This record gives sequence, structure tokens and C-alpha cells, in this order.
Amino acid sequence: MIIKTQKSIAASEITDPLIFKQRRQIIKSLLAITGAGIAPAWASENKPMWNKLPQGDFSAHDLTPTPLELIKNYTNYYEFAFNKEDSTDLAQHLTIDPWSVEISGEVEKPTRFHLEDMVRQQTLEERIYRFRCVEGWSMVVPWVGFSLASLLKSVKPLSRARFVKFTSVHEPEVMPNQRSNAMLTWPYTEALRIDEAMHPLTILAVGLYGDVLAKQNGAPLRLVVPWKYGFKSIKAIVKIELLEKPPLTTWNQAAPHDYGFYANVNPNVPHPRWSQNSERQLNSRFFTPRRQTELFNGYGEQVASLYRDMDLEHFF
Amino acid sequence: MMRIDKLWLTTLLAGLIPLVWLLFDIAFDQLGANPIQALHIRLGDWTLRFLCLTLVITPVQTITKWRGMTTYRQMLGIYTFFYASLHLLSYLLVDHAFQWRMIGIDIIESSYIWLGIVAYIIVFLLAISTPKQIKKYLGKNWKKLHRFIYLAVGAGILHYFWQLKGNLVEPLFYLIIIVLLLGFRVLVWLTNRQLSKMMIPKSRK
Repeated sequence: MIIKTQKSIAASEITDPLIFKQRRQIIKSLLAITGAGIAPAWASENKPMWNKLPQGDFSAHDLTPTPLELIKNYTNYYEFAFNKEDSTDLAQHLTIDPWSVEISGEVEKPTRFHLEDMVRQQTLEERIYRFRCVEGWSMVVPWVGFSLASLLKSVKPLSRARFVKFTSVHEPEVMPNQRSNAMLTWPYTEALRIDEAMHPLTILAVGLYGDVLAKQNGAPLRLVVPWKYGFKSIKAIVKIELLEKPPLTTWNQAAPHDYGFYANVNPNVPHPRWSQNSERQLNSRFFTPRRQTELFNGYGEQVASLYRDMDLEHFF
Repeated sequence: MMRIDKLWLTTLLAGLIPLVWLLFDIAFDQLGANPIQALHIRLGDWTLRFLCLTLVITPVQTITKWRGMTTYRQMLGIYTFFYASLHLLSYLLVDHAFQWRMIGIDIIESSYIWLGIVAYIIVFLLAISTPKQIKKYLGKNWKKLHRFIYLAVGAGILHYFWQLKGNLVEPLFYLIIIVLLLGFRVLVWLTNRQLSKMMIPKSRK
């Protein structure tokens, strides 16, 4: 399969190199201030965890990333809070070290990994991806992560495996909305079709802006599927199961008419109550008019073939 | 005759505080990561708050029998229209930079916006029927027209509910206020009916 990785980018979205450099400076100083507070024990203090990671082929390095402070303070982490600000503090109660991840189901080698061992076996890259929330806002996020396909191959999936299910951590003691059983069925689960999971765009992220993920952003390990709405990119993963049958997923189960299993970004298929045609791209400027949302969030060249014969309005 | 006294002037100026506060927050970047959504919510919230305050006036007048309250009801009503207009304008200009095609698709596909439009049209009609001449011209119909304020507040609250993914606490607050206010009106209406029944002589039955 030949995968084209470059796509045309509007001139307006390309940052002047000088401004880009200045922003990097600002970001570096921000990292210096905040880095220590969010890092688990296995991260070095004060310094960003990773320097000069290779930019994956799929990284849109010409896009201007959303400032780290915005990414860290605008999260949907319903286990902690239903608004986007409170989980910044609340998530700090989650213990993420030590962390282990179980991979089981239709695989030859079911394995329970210590997170450090898992990461050590993989090649980390920086991937600058668009991130589009089903609520109509978007960011550009410089993730640090590794290919999910590479991890799955290491446990040797059986040919029966057709779906990959992910489960988030269940910690009612520190997660108020799990404790009170509020709104959704906990723990949070998500799933992909096996070909989506094996797609080279799909990554497991462990970092952001060259440093370890902040807890509110899904530390220590989260999924990132850039052509799907953000709720598919599950946070704080503890279990990955390969399955024959499609599993129930949290939002799809809670409101099947509103949130489909596929949840591919698609400007032509509105949510029952709001349009998905455009999005607010979050950055530091106040006056940023909405931009047109792209089919598959702009990753159509890479992923459209996965859905070739499917009616996207039916399989939304 | 409009009485221009201290209280009147204070109320007038107080109505501008939310706007000044908002401009301050824009200037000093205090609106968070999604400032345009914050702007919409802020202006929408103040529209609903002024609408609720407008509706509070009549019950207060009924209970206290204070005179001259209608002036304040009118002013609060105009402020409702003012903040609703800013809310709409920020949607068209700040959010969309007047990209009409994008606006058109957004409105057609977003049912929560339809409710906002219904509420705005009503508030708009109520505001333009404020001048005395129009009030006189409309006669009894003026009062009928202004009863639509309840439809406006209902549509406004639904407009808020309808766009949320799950957390409904904020609009619930307005809903409770409005149910209380409406409950009061129903109570007054029932009492009046009871009274008028008692007035009717038995022989006419």
C-alpha cells in the first residue's frame, strides 16, 4: 500500500518561521515552568523528556500547534468533571506510576506490559495531528507516541481478531464521576476495527510537546486516531483486547443516535442537534473565525480507502 | 413622563456592567481556551438573566404594590434585547466573520439554533413595539404580543439545553426560576378567578 503523506496546506495556516521560532521559545519557557509538576517519576525533572524526536511521516509539521497551556486546560475528561477546566486539577490525584497495560483476547501472546517496558520496545515519534472534537472545536496537537500496529504485531493477533477494544482506568476513589456513577457507563471504553487500529496514522501517545502527557490529557497512555472525533481517542488505557465481535463503546452506548461507532470526522453528516460543517480552531488569537471541517479531518488521502464501499451517513 | 432619578440612572448603568466586564475579559485574555464559545455563553447567559429579571418585575409589583415599576420592566426588557443582539452579532461576526454560506449550513443543520432564532424574533418584536406611539397603535394587541415573552424565555432555555452533550446544570437554573415565576402568575390568575366567581350573584347561575 502506498500512502501519501503530504497534503496541501493553505498559505494562511503556515506560520512565518520567525514567529514559529518565537513560539517555540515561549513554549520552551512554559515547559520549563510546568514540566516538573506533571512528570511521573520516570521522567527527568525540569527538562523535557524527549529532545529532537524524529517527525513521523504523518506529522503535519507545517501546522502551527495549539499552545500547550490551552491543550492542558481544555479537556473532556468526564471521569473527573463535566466541564473542561476542573479536570486540570482533579486529574492530578490519579496515580500513573507504576502503570501496566494488559493486552489479551484473540492474540497468540497475551501480555501484561509494564508501561516503561512497552515504551522502550517501541519507536517514539513526534506526530503533529489535527484533533477535532465532536462538539465543534479543534486543536493542532504535537503528540509523542508510537504506532499501535507495531505494538499489536508484537503480541501476534490471530486472524479471528476483527476489533480492538480499549478500556480506561477504573479508579472511583479519585474519579468523582465514577464514584457517583454519573452520566456514562464506567469505565470508559472505545474500539476500532482491526484495519483502523493497524493503520499507520493510529498511535498510542505518551507525550505532548516533547514532554510526558499531562494527567488531564490522558497520561500515561492514550489512543490518538486523528481522522475520528476526539471521543474515540480514549485516555489512560489499562486494557487492550482483540475481539471477534464489535464491542459496545461508551458514547455509542449512551446515545447511539448521536455518536456512532465509526465517528469519522465528516462535515456532511451533522450531529442530530448541531452542524459538523465547520469548527473553531483553538489558538492564542481571540479573533479566529471558524474553518471548514474536512472529510476525515483532512486525512482522507490516507484513510478513505478503509471505508470505500460504506454509506458514511449510515455508518456515522 | 419618564422619571429620571437616582435609582433609574443606577439601573441604567448597572445594565452595562456585564458588557464592560466582558470587554475587559476579552482585552486581558480571560475567556479561556475557547474564547468565542465563552463569549457566546456569556452574552447568552446575560440575555437570559435580563429576561428573568424582566419577568420578576410584575410579581414584585403585585406583592409590594410599588408604583412606577413598569419603567424598570421596560428598561430590563430593552437590555434583554441589547444582549440578545450582541449574542447574535458575535455569532455572525466574531464566530463566522460573515461567511454567509457557512452560517447558512450551520443554521440549517443545527436545530438548537432554530430555538435561538425564535427567541430572538420575539424579543426583537417586543423591543420595537416599545415606543408609546406603537403601543397606542397596537391597543389591546400590545399586551397579547408581550405575552409571547414566555415563549421567548422557553425557547431561550431550550436553545441552551439543546446544544449540550450531557451536563445540564446551568440551563436548569433558569428553568427553575421561570417555573417559579410562571407558577406565581398562575396562582394570581387562579385567585382572581376565584374572586370574580364570588362576585357573581347566585341568581345569574
